[in-house]
Amino acid sequence: MISLLGWIVFILAVITIVRTVRILELVSILGGDKEEVTDGDNKFNAWMMMIFLFVCLGGMTYFTLDAKKYLLPVAASKHGVITDNLMNINFLLIIFVFFVTQILLFYFAFRYKYKKGEKAYFYPVNHKLEFIWTIIPTIVLGAMIFYGLKVWNGITAPAPKNAMIIEVYGKQFDWTARYAGGDNVLGKSNFKLITDENPLGVDRNDPASADDKITRELHLPVNTPILFLFHSRDVIHSAYFPHLRAQMNCVPGMTTQFFVEPTITTDSMRLITKNPKFDYVLICNKICGVAHYNMKMGMVIEPAIDFMRWYKDQPLVFPPAAPAVPAAAGDSAKAVASK
Amino acid sequence: MTLWLVSMVLFIGSALLGGINYVVTVLNLRTKGMSMTRLPLTVWAFTITAILGILSFPVLFAAALLLLFDRSFGTSFYLSDIYINGAPLHYSGGSPILFQHLFWFLGHPEVYIVLLPALGLASEIISTQSRKPIFGYKAMIGSMLVIAFLSFVVWGHHMFITGMNPFLGSVFVFTTLLVAIPSAVKVFNYLATLWKANIVYSPAILFAIGLVSFFISGGLTGIILGDSALDINVHDTYFVVAHFHIVMGSSAIFGMFAGIYHWFPRMFGRMMNRKLGYLHFWLTILSVYGTFFPMHFIGLAGVPRRYYANTAYEGFSGIININSLISVFAILGAFAQLIFVINFFYSMYRGKKAVQNPWKSNTLEWTAPVEHVHGNWPGEIPTVYRWPYDYGKPGAEDDFIPQTVPYSQTKSSNLEGEE
Repeated sequence: MISLLGWIVFILAVITIVRTVRILELVSILGGDKEEVTDGDNKFNAWMMMIFLFVCLGGMTYFTLDAKKYLLPVAASKHGVITDNLMNINFLLIIFVFFVTQILLFYFAFRYKYKKGEKAYFYPVNHKLEFIWTIIPTIVLGAMIFYGLKVWNGITAPAPKNAMIIEVYGKQFDWTARYAGGDNVLGKSNFKLITDENPLGVDRNDPASADDKITRELHLPVNTPILFLFHSRDVIHSAYFPHLRAQMNCVPGMTTQFFVEPTITTDSMRLITKNPKFDYVLICNKICGVAHYNMKMGMVIEPAIDFMRWYKDQPLVFPPAAPAVPAAAGDSAKAVASK
Repeated sequence: MTLWLVSMVLFIGSALLGGINYVVTVLNLRTKGMSMTRLPLTVWAFTITAILGILSFPVLFAAALLLLFDRSFGTSFYLSDIYINGAPLHYSGGSPILFQHLFWFLGHPEVYIVLLPALGLASEIISTQSRKPIFGYKAMIGSMLVIAFLSFVVWGHHMFITGMNPFLGSVFVFTTLLVAIPSAVKVFNYLATLWKANIVYSPAILFAIGLVSFFISGGLTGIILGDSALDINVHDTYFVVAHFHIVMGSSAIFGMFAGIYHWFPRMFGRMMNRKLGYLHFWLTILSVYGTFFPMHFIGLAGVPRRYYANTAYEGFSGIININSLISVFAILGAFAQLIFVINFFYSMYRGKKAVQNPWKSNTLEWTAPVEHVHGNWPGEIPTVYRWPYDYGKPGAEDDFIPQTVPYSQTKSSNLEGEE
């Protein structure tokens, strides 16, 4: 019923517009319009240009100031502070250019509307002007490229030798972390070794795997260099740590990496954001299937002491063989046998 | 999926044939007097677009072919080390990143395949309706050629965080940010054309001005995305969605609307209703900015694109306010398009009859009669004597001189060297 009413309203709306057009058309013919575009049209659109400029820039400024509260909090990693600075400088530059060019565009559109009997200023070329507005963007962009690449080279430089190695393993639709343990070397892994008990396909025969630990939550000690190595089991995922300003794709058949040094603990960030429920998170940022939006892992950044306490309780990839048969179970087994 | 690949192959084949047709026509079938530097910028833009298509589509063809091999004939170009549905797959040694390289080698020029024709249409319309020559005609051609060239060496900026070698990333940062230079030249030339103009507000020039506005807004955020260090944190977020829907989506669509309003009388011999055109324009530009501008902030809040729900992470709950605002503008924008559709079909049959040259334009198509005849012109095809932008020339009787008027008839307005 409602959809029927909807269709009726829709059809009536279309008919109304068509009839309005017809009336406008007849009025214009009766009014004896010679020109395709009348003085009234030019005046209307020129003024609209001015109004739109103010409404648009005003609205955007208001919105920007208001939307600040939704943005990510301060970067929680060493390199994040540097990229945030670069971002701010870039924004200052583009906001300046945005205002200048948009104001000129809409102001010219307002100012130079058609006047009968007048001619536009015949001004087809000026090489000097063209040279100036080619060379200035070139210099400014040259500086931005230089600055940007300096930051990029810093971020992607080889990680320090003592960086703690953590594997982040993506699969549809969850994350697993593997810590390299005391030797700081991850045991080899192979997708052909994957079983239900060994979800990452870690090689049991590699001695380096003996002290590896697998966790379902990511804990990072603060102010410690950390080298993430990324793997994927099935499709491309992207490990995105918005608060650390870090992101790297996880590609099947490839090892990718990202070096970070977290600087703000979860507790400090809760104070900074004034949100006692704040938590860091690792999310998937490359569409990987139906539960993509839900593929996330909790992350805690904490002082080294708290980290060690947590780490001690995490299970090894290959837990040492359990004592043969627990006593109680042994008794009931005997009871079954004697019957 | 396999059928889709086959259809892609057919599509690429037809795109190639179409592109060759454009290039050959422009190079070989120009009328007498129509030198390359007398071509309207629209035709230049279409030609460059066709060349881009011819050069880039074969790479997509190769990518699709290899994918077909992987799917049907057991090769491993793109896949390796995969464990899925409880069992390992046999693929070994391939790389999904190879597919991304091949795809974006087409994918990036494709952006300009979409945008350049719109820029060409806008150049023509802005000059005609401003009653003023386009500023820097040769610089406009040059910047289009430079953009076209650069479009082939920037594809890696879609792949900064795929694990590609960081040095390669640096090279792509460099080439990508260079695109801003010819783009800036184009914007300044448009501004210089509008300066001291005599603007006749047909719906077409409104859309062309809207295009320039979007080209600026979206182009500027490209400077951030093209910088690999900044891309790390906004890659695949709503910031990207905002950027390309403004610079490529809305710009190109506005160029298309401008073209339709401008050449409608040429196509159907009738005028579109201009009042509805104005309404369509103002509602659309408002809703485009209203829809896409707020998305920058969602992206800066770290919200990924391609999530169908933002409920899984508590930190994203705040942006529901912004999303509601976006929805309101998006719905408004959709309704505005209804006005255009009605106007289009209504005018096709019942619009006001058009005169031969309603916009007082210089280019050749307006010298053909309103009635469609085979070969466009009855009798001989016209000869061209001058460039297409002699608008508002001092000393001339009218504020336009069509390309078919020889210099000998316009002694009073000829500049030095024009005879």
